[in-house]
Amino acid sequence: MLEEPFSRGDSFFHRANPGMKIISAAALTLVVALSRDFVPVFAGLFVSLLLLVFARLDSRMVFRRMLAVNGFIAFLWLTLPLTYGGDVLMSVGPLALSGGGVRLAALITLKSNAIFLFFIVLVATSTVAELGHGLEALQMPPKLCFLMLFTYRYLFVISSEYHRLARAAVIRCFNPGTNRHTYRTYAHLFAMTLVKSWNRSQRVRDAMLLRGFNGRFYPMREQTITGLDRVFFAGMLVTVIIIALMEFI
Amino acid sequence: MHISEGVLSASVLAGGGALTVIGTIIGLKRVSYDRIMSVAILSSAFFVASLVHLPVGPGSVHLLLNGLMGLILGWACFPALLAALFLQAVFFQFGGIIVLGVNTFNMAAPALLCSCFLRPWLFAPGFKGAAAAYVGGFFSVLLSSLCVAFCLALTDEGFIKTAGILVATHFPIMIIEGFVTMFIVSFLTRVQPDIFQMAKPR
Repeated sequence: MLEEPFSRGDSFFHRANPGMKIISAAALTLVVALSRDFVPVFAGLFVSLLLLVFARLDSRMVFRRMLAVNGFIAFLWLTLPLTYGGDVLMSVGPLALSGGGVRLAALITLKSNAIFLFFIVLVATSTVAELGHGLEALQMPPKLCFLMLFTYRYLFVISSEYHRLARAAVIRCFNPGTNRHTYRTYAHLFAMTLVKSWNRSQRVRDAMLLRGFNGRFYPMREQTITGLDRVFFAGMLVTVIIIALMEFI
Repeated sequence: MHISEGVLSASVLAGGGALTVIGTIIGLKRVSYDRIMSVAILSSAFFVASLVHLPVGPGSVHLLLNGLMGLILGWACFPALLAALFLQAVFFQFGGIIVLGVNTFNMAAPALLCSCFLRPWLFAPGFKGAAAAYVGGFFSVLLSSLCVAFCLALTDEGFIKTAGILVATHFPIMIIEGFVTMFIVSFLTRVQPDIFQMAKPR
């Protein structure tokens, strides 16, 4: 269940410097997220699709993730056209579709999907470990990067711990329903997971201090910035500026 | 409860981001390297909680447990939630980079507020302690959904009704979160009470 399917692959984006990729993704996201016009958003979507082609990711996986991400968007489509007010596009009985609402929902859909693709191509193509070190290289607080790397490290341990307890409950004929017993059982399963994780964290801390841990992880592979990275970064910045200018034309 | 990227206006994004930066700095200051592993493990437990689906009638909801995070971690819930939400973005592409600040604030600020007001009652025996935990779980989700609604309403007045529907749909989650938080807190105070020592500054 917990996988990073996009981080495996062999394309330019998988080899590029994570720090540079994060900044490019943030800049592209910002410029697309803030535009109020369809033209720059379409340009952003075009760039994101272009990047997606070059990243050579598993298209079925991308599509499945895209469906999941559009849940909030679907909620907006269900509510915005009916509640936005303003000019009426079409009315069916008591329901009136508002033109402004449809426009806003369409704009948000395009923006969100373009940004989702930027994220997949530029951020999800690195493993979390690489991202953590990349963020550290971008002068983020080392404690925060450490926290993130450790959260990542324990995600798998805790999720398997929880699933082990949940399996044990199922074997003992636990049949979840909408009742107090179900919620109490889930709460106790989760609380037991917390207790086990807590005790494990104490042991890990002791073990790490014993081995002379000083608050820093040393990556096996230093992240370098190559000439190609610089060219790519410059290209992305130019793209960002062009999209930003489109807003005003 | 994540707001997608591309929905909010610049001022809301900047405001939420700035508040999250402040909260995270204070939170990180309060956590020594000695305790950071415990924070990280709770932060990943929070991530796992969001994958746990509880049945409600024919459908299901997933846990948020930000109230519990606040009660256990205090200010440290800011960096912990930031890390967890960042990982959710990387794993599932929920939320994004720019909206991360707003999303973290919407989850962490209510949790912190509940923890400030409710911690003194948490260890009271019997009804009082249970009620405090229930209120913590209930109100942190309520306030979080109100924060989300507020962000939407500030972005565009046309969002107001949508935001209202969003808060209303979260009511069943609030009730369930209240119960689950109550059971978890009562379990933890009996089994591992020292877990609640995390929030105290050294």
